[in-house]
Amino acid sequence: MHGRVKVKTTAQQEEEKRKEREKKLKIYVAARDACFSKRKEGVCDDEALQLTQQLLSSNPDFATLWNYRREILMHLETVKDPDEMQKIYEAELSFLEACLKVNPKSYGSWHHRGWVSARLPRPDWARELSLCDRCLSLDDRNFHCWDYRRMVVKVSGVPVDQELEFSDRLIGSNFSNYSSWHYRSTLLPVLHPQTRQEPPHASSPRGPQSHRVCEEQLLKEYELVQNAFFTDPNDQSAWFYYRWLLGRAEREETISCVYVSREDERVAVAFSRPINARCVGLLLVLDGQPLRVEWRSVHPRFRHSPVLICDLPPGTINDVTNEHNLTVHWTGNHTHRDCALYTGRVESWCRDTATDQELFRSELSVEKTSVLQSELQSVKQLQELEPLNKWCLLTIILLMRALDPLGYEKETLAHFQTLKEVDSMRSEYYSDLCCKFMIENTILKMEYAEVRVFSITDRNLTSLCHLDQLLLVTHINLSSNRLQRLPPQFAMLQCLEVLEADNNFLENLEGVYHLPRLQEVSLKNNKISTLTDLQPLASCPELKRLDLRGNPVTQAASVESDLAELLPSVTDLLL
Amino acid sequence: MAAEDLPSEFDVVILGTGLAESVVAAACSRVGQRVLHLDRRSYYAANWASFTFNALLTWIQEQQEGPQPEQGKDWSSLLNDGEELIHLSNPDLDSITNIQVVSYASEEDEEVPDTAKEETSANSQLEVESAGSREEKSAEEESAEAEGTNTKGEETEVDQSHPGASSGPSEPTRKKISYAQLVKEGRRFNIDLVSKLLFSRGSLVDLLIRSNVSRYTEFKNVTRILTYRHGNLQQVPCSRADVFASRQLSVVEKRKLMRFLTSCIEETEMDHAYSSQPYSKYLQDQQLGENLQHFLLHSIAMVTEDTPTEAGLASTRHFLRSLGRYGNSPFLFPVYGLGEIPQCFCRMSAVFGGIYCLRHSVSCLIVDRDANRCKAVIDSRGQRISCSHFVVEDGYLGSRSSVTTPTRLLSRAILITDSSVLPGDSEQQVSMVTIPPGEVCQSAVKMVELCSSTMTCMPGTYLVHLTCQSVGSAFEDLSQLVTKMFQTPESQEPGGRPTVLWSLYFNMADGSVPGVEGQGLPSNVHVCSGPEGSLDHEHSIKQAELIFQRILPEEEFCPPAPNPEDIIYDGESPTPSAEEDSGKEAGQQEESGGDLNPQLDE
Repeated sequence: MHGRVKVKTTAQQEEEKRKEREKKLKIYVAARDACFSKRKEGVCDDEALQLTQQLLSSNPDFATLWNYRREILMHLETVKDPDEMQKIYEAELSFLEACLKVNPKSYGSWHHRGWVSARLPRPDWARELSLCDRCLSLDDRNFHCWDYRRMVVKVSGVPVDQELEFSDRLIGSNFSNYSSWHYRSTLLPVLHPQTRQEPPHASSPRGPQSHRVCEEQLLKEYELVQNAFFTDPNDQSAWFYYRWLLGRAEREETISCVYVSREDERVAVAFSRPINARCVGLLLVLDGQPLRVEWRSVHPRFRHSPVLICDLPPGTINDVTNEHNLTVHWTGNHTHRDCALYTGRVESWCRDTATDQELFRSELSVEKTSVLQSELQSVKQLQELEPLNKWCLLTIILLMRALDPLGYEKETLAHFQTLKEVDSMRSEYYSDLCCKFMIENTILKMEYAEVRVFSITDRNLTSLCHLDQLLLVTHINLSSNRLQRLPPQFAMLQCLEVLEADNNFLENLEGVYHLPRLQEVSLKNNKISTLTDLQPLASCPELKRLDLRGNPVTQAASVESDLAELLPSVTDLLL
Repeated sequence: MAAEDLPSEFDVVILGTGLAESVVAAACSRVGQRVLHLDRRSYYAANWASFTFNALLTWIQEQQEGPQPEQGKDWSSLLNDGEELIHLSNPDLDSITNIQVVSYASEEDEEVPDTAKEETSANSQLEVESAGSREEKSAEEESAEAEGTNTKGEETEVDQSHPGASSGPSEPTRKKISYAQLVKEGRRFNIDLVSKLLFSRGSLVDLLIRSNVSRYTEFKNVTRILTYRHGNLQQVPCSRADVFASRQLSVVEKRKLMRFLTSCIEETEMDHAYSSQPYSKYLQDQQLGENLQHFLLHSIAMVTEDTPTEAGLASTRHFLRSLGRYGNSPFLFPVYGLGEIPQCFCRMSAVFGGIYCLRHSVSCLIVDRDANRCKAVIDSRGQRISCSHFVVEDGYLGSRSSVTTPTRLLSRAILITDSSVLPGDSEQQVSMVTIPPGEVCQSAVKMVELCSSTMTCMPGTYLVHLTCQSVGSAFEDLSQLVTKMFQTPESQEPGGRPTVLWSLYFNMADGSVPGVEGQGLPSNVHVCSGPEGSLDHEHSIKQAELIFQRILPEEEFCPPAPNPEDIIYDGESPTPSAEEDSGKEAGQQEESGGDLNPQLDE
């Protein structure tokens, strides 16, 4: 048709573009080669600066060139006066701004900017802050910019309250922002520290800064974050922040239990966290005399372990008529625990019970039950509206555990069931978490009953945890669960005499390792198929009775004689 | 371009530069049609136009004086055998009625304490006349004043920053803006005759992007949606960030609202269950509180109580789909006013060879009696110009349309105020306000408040547009609402409301009234209606596309315009034809000439 504007065809356009690209590449390669040869010769002149600038402005992710540039600038510092350097560095900053436009997430550019800002004779931090704000307004989750901004704030001493307002602003415009929420969690303890002064505890040397926030501010934060998760309950960032808000209690580092066995002439110590036997300064004092002993973890697989054991020199405490006083010093931590072994006693211990410490609640705060109770109410309200929201369910479970783990046990289990259904991709994670909580509950019940028997049967257990809490347990019953292994941590059950684990899927007994008092083991209907699987049992010197009925291993031809050879102490073998 | 130069043959002649006509012009030129685009008026965009304050005063005067009588000439000498004439009329005859101007600003610069307001109210009725007389002078002085604007502008900006910074309408002794200042700063205003917004995913935005016409304009996001309820203005939380930040909603309400908004994007079986029931009933049954129902019905769907559920859901979805594309609200407003949009399409047409003449009309159509087709037109200077299609704004058909269909009207009010109806963190807010029917007025009122950064009003002022379906005259319909929401001498109780400096009321014909199609007009005459009352532009864009498809059924409607570097100019092209050259020259000339859009050349 006539009168139509003639337009180049796509082939024409592409040909032009291709030529253009070729030309650019040629220039680029030539400049690159020139740069490399200059650097090789150690030339630090303006031309090199020019060349690297030319290259970096089209490709800001060329780390070698940034390095070369820094070499040149450092050289210039030696020959120019500060005023000249100020100018050069200012030009560098504007150049970097151009590079950031090419790629706002370039590691090289941001790192170089940090480097230049730090060397600038008279830095203009306000300008840097406004640059960051501009970047974040374009992409509020650009973590390079967040990093750089934190550096600028730190160096230029921006008041913390201003920074909190900044975080308010960013969250207001889009609350799906992990960086903003996280930033709050670093600002609040500084701006609104918890006022309640804890009595200085000799055994709890804290870091210089407590991570707790005062109650009043916490309530405001609860409100803010609730607004976020009610608005969008599927947004994880708010839930994660909420977990942080609730979970502000910190565990003290202590020796939680000292156990001494006269017969075995052995001491076992449980700590509040896994420690390394070699690196940590432990001192054993027996009746006022320091004793040279060798501490070791309960299983060779662990260097770090929450339970350490040591054997006393033979003959030190084996006379029943003697009374002994034992002290374990954790020198690195200025903490210690005493334990008295009275006349006529074969063993003795001294410890904090799990109930004393409210051990398992510590993941969430126990500051004020009423606050947690009202939080539980509001999250339950959300759950009524969104019965299938996993974050909501999980938070309810955590709150219930913080409030009353035993009282809410039934509800907790029901919620876990729902969770596994609505979020089937993570059903194994929920199973493990559920196991953990059930084991915690069982430990609590055991503590309340003041017994040394731990029994958790028919509960679909898939994994074991908190085994350090079972140091004193003599009888354990894990029957009718879904366990596949007794992990190395199981070796922390140093007092164990009877192990029942019938009707599981056990094929690995690694953790039944050097248990000095173990006498009876019942493993009916499991998946033990080879003699090698039973190898660990050989390390338990007192083992008398072993029930292996219903295991594949019993089908082997010479199983009886092989077992007699492997486990000579066993007198009562059921196959 | 002088009339003598007009070629005597075109493919399409378009009369009227309203939105639909301009889109048709751009679409036709774009695919190589020779387009002649005329408007009898001295300005572009017909009833879609934007005026400076002074130009608006001129326009008011023209409307009040009525049209100049046309000399009925005898064109029969230009007719051939088998041809007859259809006479066209003046478009402004009856599209604008009931103009009423009320000015409250004091005459001169002075410190006006609040008590002195009674005085100004006394002479407010007189203003109607005085506005007209003064305006003559100001029109003459316009250019002189424009030169002075820069220096004087600075001075006034300093003044304005004072009330702005303190943002207190309650401050007793701040400097009032006088009428003289409004006139002096008149060129900072771009006052639209129609008040509309663009949905971010509406057909106009799509068209602007698809056709690359968007390169000629700039937009601002409407920053907030407000609603008037129980005599109070409330912000409507519609985006995720709004809902999060809202202080009026409880957390449970937040959840319910978000859930409704996210779920209603998709159609469900439930919707069909309500197909025969009103949307308000549907909302009630969603267990949404009264607050939320109000927001959803009046501010988000912008429908009435008895709108059927399907329509209500459709508008809700339209709103939601537009949300977040360019910002926190679904609406865009063109910087320098809505009158920019038709002009952008005209510019596109000119770039592709369209020829433009203002103050130039068509007197008659020459119709082939047998074929019932328009063969040519006779322009207002008596030249016969042949064409294959004729596109015309319905106003030019005047009596032909209004005789048969009862005219529906829109009531419009335009206010210049001194502060925002809801002062917020920032002064520069563009607010869309919905006032449900029955709250103050009988019909639902849509109000758009523009701040000075939209380049439609001088710093320190706000431009407020009110629109509703007419019941009585514009003044009868809207003045009560103005008195309630703003501070005027008629306002009963004093309060921290914005003061009205100047106001204009008028009625405009509602373009959504079924047009004059098929009323004995030749089949190649296509009628475009004027602006209608809805907030969006769907009607005109759809109309333009239909007309284009009738003219050129085989062609694509507004394909992307090529980038300037991809266009092959003379010399580059191996065999350019003569027609191509002439067309292109005209286009280039128009573009560089810059007389297309005098308002842009500030």
